[in-house]
Amino acid sequence: MSTLARATQGEAGSQTSTSSRDPASRGRRRAGRVPSTVVTLGVVSFLTDVSSEAVMAVLPLYVTAALGMSVVAYGVVDGLVQGAGALVRVAGGWAADRTDRPKWVAAAGYGLSALTRVGLLFAAGLPAIASLVVVDRIGKGVRTAPRDALIAAAANPRNLGRSFGVHRALDTAGATLGPLLAFAVLWVIPDGWTTIFVISLGAAVLGVGALVLLVPDLRPRRAAWLRTHRTRQDRGLPKCKGCTCDAPGGLELAGRPFSWSFLRGGATVRLLLVAGILGLLTVGDGFVYLALQDRDGFATHWFPLLYVGTNATYMLLAAPIGRLADRVGRARVLVWGHALLAGAYACAAVPFPGAATTIAALVLLGTFYAMTDGVLAALTSALVPTAVRGTAIGTAQTVTAVMRMVASAGFGVLWFAFGSVHALWIAAAALVIAVPVCAYLVRAGRLERDPDLVEESPA
Amino acid sequence: MTDNPAFRRRGAFATLVLVVLAGTTWYAAAELQRARAEQNAPTRVEVTEDVLDGPHVLFRGTAPGELYGRVAAVALDDLSGPREVTPVVCDRVSSLGGATVCLRTRRGVVTTYEAEVLDAEWRTTATWPLPGIPSRTRLSPDGLVATTAFVTGHSYSQAGFSTETTVHDIDGAKVSGNLEDFTLLADGERVAPVDRNVWGVTFVDDRYFYATVRSQSLGHTWLVRGDLTERTLVTVLDGVECPSLSPDGTRLAFKRDVAADGAAAPHWTPAVLDLDTLKVSVLDAERRTVDDQITWLDDTTLLYGLPRADEPGTTDVWSLPADGTGKPALAIPQAWSPSVVG
Repeated sequence: MSTLARATQGEAGSQTSTSSRDPASRGRRRAGRVPSTVVTLGVVSFLTDVSSEAVMAVLPLYVTAALGMSVVAYGVVDGLVQGAGALVRVAGGWAADRTDRPKWVAAAGYGLSALTRVGLLFAAGLPAIASLVVVDRIGKGVRTAPRDALIAAAANPRNLGRSFGVHRALDTAGATLGPLLAFAVLWVIPDGWTTIFVISLGAAVLGVGALVLLVPDLRPRRAAWLRTHRTRQDRGLPKCKGCTCDAPGGLELAGRPFSWSFLRGGATVRLLLVAGILGLLTVGDGFVYLALQDRDGFATHWFPLLYVGTNATYMLLAAPIGRLADRVGRARVLVWGHALLAGAYACAAVPFPGAATTIAALVLLGTFYAMTDGVLAALTSALVPTAVRGTAIGTAQTVTAVMRMVASAGFGVLWFAFGSVHALWIAAAALVIAVPVCAYLVRAGRLERDPDLVEESPA
Repeated sequence: MTDNPAFRRRGAFATLVLVVLAGTTWYAAAELQRARAEQNAPTRVEVTEDVLDGPHVLFRGTAPGELYGRVAAVALDDLSGPREVTPVVCDRVSSLGGATVCLRTRRGVVTTYEAEVLDAEWRTTATWPLPGIPSRTRLSPDGLVATTAFVTGHSYSQAGFSTETTVHDIDGAKVSGNLEDFTLLADGERVAPVDRNVWGVTFVDDRYFYATVRSQSLGHTWLVRGDLTERTLVTVLDGVECPSLSPDGTRLAFKRDVAADGAAAPHWTPAVLDLDTLKVSVLDAERRTVDDQITWLDDTTLLYGLPRADEPGTTDVWSLPADGTGKPALAIPQAWSPSVVG
């Protein structure tokens, strides 16, 4: 966290005083610095995750303890919503690209989720709560890709991985803190459901407020266009200021418009293919936790806390691993992260119950997330033209999410057919085969930007 | 400076932070004060002694106040009469008199769940952790303990709901492991739907039991007959949830989802299945939705809990004739999870 603090401080200071610093140290600092916009977006995600995870963590308890119902009915909507949420991601990215206003598309998504918190204060009964959960997840789907496009637009292309890492660290911190905060409230106020909902609403409002008030309205497509069209002539402006003679295009600074053709690019297809293959072998932490819990009493006792172990590791490693990815290659880190996932499965499957293997599994799982989630977004942003960045990030995330859902369903079959231990070994073995294959697919330079898609050359 | 829009926005955000912080703090403080007052307020129920020595119904008390959640008992012949309150707090109980199973949420920043076996003096004789929110429990005269817990998702982004139902010995030793691992036989065929969940055990003897198996993907909610020795679950009938065997062993009371197809929420109505004829009688004199594992007060009367619509956290135990001849009646006010100790 100290690096984060330093990043914020350095950036805030630089707003007014960079010009007075000597140029050499400024250049060095710039390469390693995470822009304040990225940190602000991290804070937005932190607040939003505190808000949503606090509610999600206690919702089952609320339904059973306060409403006197079993959770069976609550589980019904879940699968459907997962699918809908994944598809909305592409739409969110597309809307951001089309309008070239990712901030406002993201704000719509954050706002929608914040509105569901208001609804929670008045919701009575399961159908109302289930609908609010659906709307909340649609909001999450809408905002994710535009927000990642904003991060990519604000970050220095050379340390994209680190920027995404810092953002994911803050995001995960919120996801960890939310449930703990909620349970702490229930500890002090046994029927403090509305208190949790009020805190959740407050955090959501602050998240939206930070986004709307503090994040600049970046126009990635226009900025790219302006970067490559430096002269007045390039920009289709009259040759001199104040001239009114024949200006061909006027001030339409739209840049290359959105087009789905990026999906035909070789490198993009390769990336989606690799993300798909690896997603298909990622079975979801739920199964790992269940296997651990099946095996030993340590994991059962701490079952409600297992996710904290995973998240803490993820949080601590996201920024350093993002930085590592910038140096050694993002594709490589993304692919080899899945080797650690195989390790986590192995730890959950080995017949040595106890604290050591449980903790090892959680650490491996957290490191896996640090090596994959933000890195995938960084990799995608660097790969495609600015005009389609949001859509591409959304598509890559959707491919991963849908494949992971398929993986979880398929893994469930294995789980029941062969038992948890064998199923985990099978998944680990499949990863051990797939990781080198994928590493070969993305070997040196294969995930560079497609030359024919580069838009940053003057037309 | 004040003309700079960036400064204005930061100022606006700082104001927003202050307003939100002040608002939530004020609300939380008020709620804390109210909760403290309610927790320390005397519970307005008539309390007596010596109920536990005779035939009684043990339950979780849900009258607000200092006794909220404490296990209590009323005399079998005076259900709405005064109650004897025990020192233990449970979410769900099942009792034989000499021994009682108590499922409990241990609240804290780290909230954990556990099952406990208590003796007649309410001392703990065995305890084991549960992976999630306690849902159902049954204690059999043969010394078997069935528990169902909801294992909820860990994270927002993951589909995560399932039940874990296990059978333990009364001294805490594992008997069955997760019942989902038993072989499921539907009409003689072995099936293994991925999304199967098992819950609501009711014991026949020290080997056989009935329970519910639901598979969303197959579209079935089966009544199954389980065998602890063969480790099998054999389907008996579709559309039966949370069975409960009558004291004479001839019928099962359960809840049946009577909501129209595609309804947003299930609507459960109590029903009784005759095990000889497999004839189901739906007890639609009860119009409210019943989400509980029904208990038999005797061979002719059912007991189940219902939440009060206007008082969150408070529930009542209602009774209903098992043959469909009467209307539901309030049996034990401000109670939950009844267990008959004859």
